[in-house]
Amino acid sequence: MKKFMSIAMTSAMVMSLFAGCGNTAANGTADTTETATGTDTAAESTDASEETAASGGVFKIGGIGPTTGGAAVYGMAVQNAAQLAVDEINAAGGINGYQIEFKFEDDENDPEKSVNAYNTLKDWDMQMLMGTVTSGCCVAVVEKTSSDNMFQLTPSGSSVEAIQYDNAFRVCFSDPNQGMASAKYIGENGIGTKVAVIYDSSDIYSSGIYQKFVAEAANQPFEIVSAEAFTADSKTDFSVQLQKAKDSGADLVFLPIYYTEASLILSQAATMNYAPIFFGCDGLDGILDVENFDTSLAEGVMLLTPFAADAQDELTQKFVTSYKEKFGDTPNQFAADAYDAIYAIKAAAEKAGVTPDMDVSAICEAMKSSMTQITLDGLTGVGMTWDASGEPNKEPKAVKIENGAYIAM
Amino acid sequence: MSFISYLINGISLGSVYAIIALGYTMVYGIAKMLNFAHGDVIMVGAFTVFTIVSTLGLPPALGILVAIIVCTVFGITIERVAYKPLRNAASPLAVLITAIGVSYLLQNLALIIFGANTKSFTSVVAVKPLKLAEGNLVISGETIVTIIVGIAVMIILSLFISKAKAGQAMLAVAEDKGAAQLMGINVNKTIALTFAIGSALAAVAGVLLCSAYPSLTPYTGAMPGIKAFVAAVFGGIGSIPGAMIGGILLGIIEIFGKAYISSQMADAIVFAVLIIVLLVKPTGILGKKIQEKV
Amino acid sequence: MNKMSKKFPGKMNKISKNNFITYLLVLVLYIVIQVLLATGNVSSLMEGLLVPLCIYVMLAVSLNLTVGILGELSLGHAGFMCVGAFSGAFFSKCINGAMPDALRFIIALLIGALMAGIFGILIGIPVLRLKGDYLAIVTLAFGEIIKNLVNVMYIGRDGNGFHFSMKDFLSLNMEADGEVIVNGAQGITGTPHDANFTIGVVLIFLSLVIVLNLIHSRAGRAIMSIRDNRIAAESIGINITKYKLMAFSISAAIAGVAGVLYAHNLSTLTALPKNFGYNMSIMILVFVVLGGIGNIRGSIISAIVLTLLPELLRGLSDYRMLIYAIVLIVMMLFNWSPKANEWKEQVKEKYFSRRVSKGKGVK
Repeated sequence: MKKFMSIAMTSAMVMSLFAGCGNTAANGTADTTETATGTDTAAESTDASEETAASGGVFKIGGIGPTTGGAAVYGMAVQNAAQLAVDEINAAGGINGYQIEFKFEDDENDPEKSVNAYNTLKDWDMQMLMGTVTSGCCVAVVEKTSSDNMFQLTPSGSSVEAIQYDNAFRVCFSDPNQGMASAKYIGENGIGTKVAVIYDSSDIYSSGIYQKFVAEAANQPFEIVSAEAFTADSKTDFSVQLQKAKDSGADLVFLPIYYTEASLILSQAATMNYAPIFFGCDGLDGILDVENFDTSLAEGVMLLTPFAADAQDELTQKFVTSYKEKFGDTPNQFAADAYDAIYAIKAAAEKAGVTPDMDVSAICEAMKSSMTQITLDGLTGVGMTWDASGEPNKEPKAVKIENGAYIAM
Repeated sequence: MSFISYLINGISLGSVYAIIALGYTMVYGIAKMLNFAHGDVIMVGAFTVFTIVSTLGLPPALGILVAIIVCTVFGITIERVAYKPLRNAASPLAVLITAIGVSYLLQNLALIIFGANTKSFTSVVAVKPLKLAEGNLVISGETIVTIIVGIAVMIILSLFISKAKAGQAMLAVAEDKGAAQLMGINVNKTIALTFAIGSALAAVAGVLLCSAYPSLTPYTGAMPGIKAFVAAVFGGIGSIPGAMIGGILLGIIEIFGKAYISSQMADAIVFAVLIIVLLVKPTGILGKKIQEKV
Repeated sequence: MNKMSKKFPGKMNKISKNNFITYLLVLVLYIVIQVLLATGNVSSLMEGLLVPLCIYVMLAVSLNLTVGILGELSLGHAGFMCVGAFSGAFFSKCINGAMPDALRFIIALLIGALMAGIFGILIGIPVLRLKGDYLAIVTLAFGEIIKNLVNVMYIGRDGNGFHFSMKDFLSLNMEADGEVIVNGAQGITGTPHDANFTIGVVLIFLSLVIVLNLIHSRAGRAIMSIRDNRIAAESIGINITKYKLMAFSISAAIAGVAGVLYAHNLSTLTALPKNFGYNMSIMILVFVVLGGIGNIRGSIISAIVLTLLPELLRGLSDYRMLIYAIVLIVMMLFNWSPKANEWKEQVKEKYFSRRVSKGKGVK
């Protein structure tokens, strides 16, 4: 009986996977009007997108990132901010007069699940991909988009291999770029002479920056006196790493990590009476907005980041206000990258004059060349341009935290 | 100097593992099941306190009290719904897997309710840090409180089990469920009580964990839960003083491993020491020798 | 623990029939999917899931050998998968282009199996002296050690040969033309994409042949006798250590092959807590227990069901993993609770009375 039940269940499940996906959706043309708006992830999408979905001409942009699991905070930020940008664009008339439909799939920060998410979006007839959020997953997915020749723009996949093919672009800085820029900035401005590094050796982003930072440090007038790691499995206690930095007399601690761990490091350093200069990369952005965090701990922290949620320019303020209104918390770096990504797609699509009835590969070819021609004034940089390698050209801004707010340096 | 400071840090970390391990070992000792959801009950406790103290602005004492009640209710409900039906299943593994399901359930429930953003937990400990050697050695108030609470819990639990009638009933159930039933002990009630106490302890552990390491996400409990499980095995699972000793030793080993061997391989070092200890003493430091039935 | 052994004496017929059904199940699934593929009736999602399904089926079958047949709880199975994946991918990455792809992949599979098997023996020797939950925790510990060490491993190659470091990339001291093969947490990138569904099914068949033949061989009966009563088995002269190690290392080797398949299916290989940590080991254990301990066919079915389930629940968006957890708990209760079994017996008697006499082994 049990076996009968299980076999029945399995076959029911397998069948349901096949059913409804009968069209050879591999090259997803958008002229099919059957859409899954009912079960759409983007349930919050405005009525406008549904109207046009019915009439046929609609751009289908997919997004992939972790919305469950330990990295969910980054995926959710991307999902929300991208949805925000899509809604804004749709309200303003869409891309080339066509509305956008946006669907975001969870990958749990697992490359295998990420490929599943990509395939799910393909079945939905996705035409362009805004993703994936994390580097490891991006490396796996870019392989697939490259063989399907689908345009891909990752907001935050920062490792070198994440955009190794010519169909892929990114909004954020690459890891080596950040490591290099940080070392140069510290060296050229003489911020520290003895530098300690605390990094996450089990994380691609963190170890990628660390590698380049150490390599570049050799050319700079400061000395790395201690380099200690932590891993995903032991990231609550940093007393040893801090003690070593303190004992080696470091006057600057470089933190190429995310703000979740950094907030713990700052509070533990305070307990130890250790007060060097803390210097971080874009992953540190968001530290002031950790709910209930004592921002006085972050006083004097410096970071190289292209985005700061309390910047005074109009674009940032408008974005932060509407994000807060809609999702209840302050957007972080990832959200800003995703917002820019959607607007970059819009700019490139308008430049190339693509329309939803073109097939995926034709859109990709058109977008590939128009991407290198656009200039975007976004949240994460003014006058951003892209070259054919997919890397963005923008300047990181160095900011310092003073009185609980970012001050440009 | 740095050696003493590492030692203090090790004890701080270990005291947190110890207090989580106490709950683990309690449930294991009586119900003979590895409750993989224990770490997530800790997270539930921490979120309850966070909501009451930081969001609603009510006093911490009330927060802790409510957290204990909430966790106890959770513990009893989980036991009743997910574990009890499988108590007499053909394999003890069935209930282990269900516990994993409960763990996923609690994590994802918290994710939906509280979101994925990290929350900074305000310490509920008012004790001032102890500064020695001109401020070069600092013992935080959280560590002092955690150790005192840990030892108090250890003594009370030991006394409860050896002296109180309900505690004796627990021992009997742990020894032999069938015989205990024949002696007129209500096995279901006794096991439910065990889960209630274990979950109340989890609430306390959650508050102390997040006071010492003030970052709270839906996955906060998972890794400390596994580490505490290791600590409990280390000390001899089922033994209450063993959990305390195992926890503190684990903390010290982890810190020393990071400090003197390699910070990249800290996890590998902890687990390697565990393996060595278990190979030398297969039932942990204070574990009872298993009688082999022929 | 389970009653499987009871039905063996004098019923060889039934056993071969039972095995035959298992093989047939895999074959029919394969043919059905091939037909659907050929006629273009498979969604991209399903097509992408075919190889992972093969990987999880192999993992479940291999762990069932340890848990169901040997009767020891292992929480470190993903560690063996990790060893297989990294050794296989390392070989492929080094050799890529120097020999025909098919040959290279076959050798990579063999290397993965061999390395994982060796690790199985090395870990098995100390571990199998322990019992029950202590054994479980030690296997978990080994799994975590493997994952941690792989994460700090740097291997590069330049004109002077191989360079190895456990610290960081720079201490490899490579010349400028050097190529990093294993780059710490960033793992191995650019492993050739060799895995496909047919290879996956062939490997499942091979694992099934190995496992099912082992179970029904003299050695398999010896292993099961250790599970059911170690002292009795010892008293009749069965070499406990030898048979335990045999089951454990074969199980590890098959997991290693699954790992190689995994590494050659994605272009990135990193040892995350998600794919090679205790979470994965526990997930494989869930397949085994849900499908029925010692029941190979059950493992296959539950591995398929539980891998497909989260993908099918994607429509629920935010509630996906929550519903998955609830479904998992309900399925466990339905499959294992004595009350549910009683109820199933009654239903069976009512509607399937012909089948009662056959009564399945594991409940």
